[in-house]
Amino acid sequence: MTKTFVLEHLDCANCAAKLERSLNKLDGVQAAVTFMTKKLVLETSETQMDHAVSEAQRIIKKLEPQVVLKPRGRS
Amino acid sequence: MKKGIARVLLGMVMGGFAMSVPYIAPSANQWAQLCVFLFAYLIVGGDVLWRAVRNICHGQVFDENFLMCLATVGAFAVGEYLEGVAVMMFYQVGEMFQDYAVDKSRKSIADLMDIRPDYANVQRDGAVIRVDPYDVDLGETIVVRPGERVPLDGVVIEGHSMLDTSALTGESAPREIAPGQEVLSGCINTSGLLTVQVGKLFEESTVSKILDMVENASSKKAHAENFITKFAKYYTPVVVISAALLAVIPPMILGISDGTVWMDWITRALTFLVISCPCALVISVPLGFFGGIGAASRAGVLVKGSNYLEAMAKTEIAVFDKTGTLTKGTFAVTSIHAQGITDQALLELAAYAESNSSHPISLSLQKAYGKPLEEGHVHEVEEIAGHGVKAVVDGRTVFAGNAKLMRQQQVECSEGETVGTVVHVAVDGRYAGYLVISDEVKPDSATALQTLKQCGVRKTVMLTGDNRHTAEAVAKQLGLDEVCAELLPIDKVEKVEGLLGEKSSKGKLVFVGDGINDAPVLARADVGVAMGALGSDAAIEAADVVIMTDEPSKLSTVMRIAKKTLAIVRENIVFALAIKAAVLVLGACGLANMWLAVFADVGVAVLAILNSIRALRYRE
Repeated sequence: MTKTFVLEHLDCANCAAKLERSLNKLDGVQAAVTFMTKKLVLETSETQMDHAVSEAQRIIKKLEPQVVLKPRGRS
Repeated sequence: MKKGIARVLLGMVMGGFAMSVPYIAPSANQWAQLCVFLFAYLIVGGDVLWRAVRNICHGQVFDENFLMCLATVGAFAVGEYLEGVAVMMFYQVGEMFQDYAVDKSRKSIADLMDIRPDYANVQRDGAVIRVDPYDVDLGETIVVRPGERVPLDGVVIEGHSMLDTSALTGESAPREIAPGQEVLSGCINTSGLLTVQVGKLFEESTVSKILDMVENASSKKAHAENFITKFAKYYTPVVVISAALLAVIPPMILGISDGTVWMDWITRALTFLVISCPCALVISVPLGFFGGIGAASRAGVLVKGSNYLEAMAKTEIAVFDKTGTLTKGTFAVTSIHAQGITDQALLELAAYAESNSSHPISLSLQKAYGKPLEEGHVHEVEEIAGHGVKAVVDGRTVFAGNAKLMRQQQVECSEGETVGTVVHVAVDGRYAGYLVISDEVKPDSATALQTLKQCGVRKTVMLTGDNRHTAEAVAKQLGLDEVCAELLPIDKVEKVEGLLGEKSSKGKLVFVGDGINDAPVLARADVGVAMGALGSDAAIEAADVVIMTDEPSKLSTVMRIAKKTLAIVRENIVFALAIKAAVLVLGACGLANMWLAVFADVGVAVLAILNSIRALRYRE
């Protein structure tokens, strides 16, 4: 399954690339960070998703503390 | 932003003040001047310093903040106070420009995709209320006023109007709409008041599907993007290590005890650190692709990923389905050859004889006849499977069907080789002539194929399940290089696999179909393009590129956009790498100072961003 998030305050392209690299190191997780739309798309199995999201939170906090991970809103 | 500008200005004043310290107070010692410079430095670059420290605590060493700090603090260490402050200032100004440019382009892309309806006017309990489109249920009735955007897909119950579909299709001519017709969300109602019964929830409405697709397009990355991310991973460490070597090795050879030699080489090493961030590349490449995808969607073509846009630019073989792609897919009477009666009388007889059937052939006969068929004229209708139909029309026995039927009835008929389906008619045992019904070629098909050749497509192929004779006639009319007829869906996949082997290793094969029954072929081709997909969910799902209108000429439009985008991306990569390499070399030779290095870093980034924005502006 895939889940889409908005990365608020993502303001540097290289940081986006770094985030993507680190997130892709997670086991069984496919991650795509798009700097232009500030989007993160996580793809993993249903059972692993919760774990992947919390791991992503941790990695983001470590690499780019100013970035806030938000589930994609309605509009 | 404003805070940033104020800080830079204050830093500039402080720096100027620091410069003038020796003149204002000649008695003040060097330390006083250093203090003022340090103060200026902290004002300008305090946040960068803070981020660097914080990231080191998180175990992140080689980020741009740290490198910038190292370079400027190093400048202070070798006594170049002014340089330290100025470089930091220049860096901050560059960053601000960069943020501004990114913000601008994010906005212009967002505007382009601003087709999301903000509200829906729904009728509830006798009143019309304004709600979020998400909160409208299936079967509810909504009102769309002139000037408003249709919020959800549905069917018109009441009202006539003209709809502007340009946001979805790129088509500027408005579409006429009447009760009973389907309307798609995202269109703008231009003239009359429409009452619409909602047929789909907002999440499943056309507008949501399209937005989802375009927004997620950039998560499928092009080779150029992956190359850059990989490059960025190694670039920074390599430059930093070279800087370290540059600071240590030459002085050890040239004069290990000479202080000025050490100073000189350390300064050169510091310029390396300033150039070590790959930002210009990392930012401009995806931005270029994003702009290209934006430009395509404005032309009514949805591209599902940067990788597909990249592949489109390298198309060598274009394979087309016939029916519904190059031809309209609707049958029409194209010629009438009556014998012994008038053409109109022949058409009337045929239309009445076939009036009980809903076969496409019958429908096209009725459509060509044009007048409503009155009841009571036709009796004793009998379908003769595989042959045609027998009916009594106004007391006369009429046989309408193929040549086999005529032979069976022992009626002489001319069996000319004609393109399309021939309907022979016999009245009371006498031959009365024939009508030809064929699929019409789309008006822009021929030019579409020509322009593809101009775009560098080597070979155009048409695949069809239709008979050889018809297929070859269409192929000849349109100027296709190859045609494969009488294919079953499974044969089409095989043919495409064969063609995939014919192209060069870098070239791509594009398949264009109507997306309804050619999903396997769409999936097998390098790029699967579905056409006329407005409102067809299945086609939108199956294809990599979706042409919203029925025009095959849009294929060359998107190919041109793809080529332009790729050219811009290449320009950016070459430009940024060349400038960085040049400044690195000059820096190592002691010919480039930190100022130039800052330009090679943020200046190049800003220029590359501005260049990328061009991808968004494509005009035919």
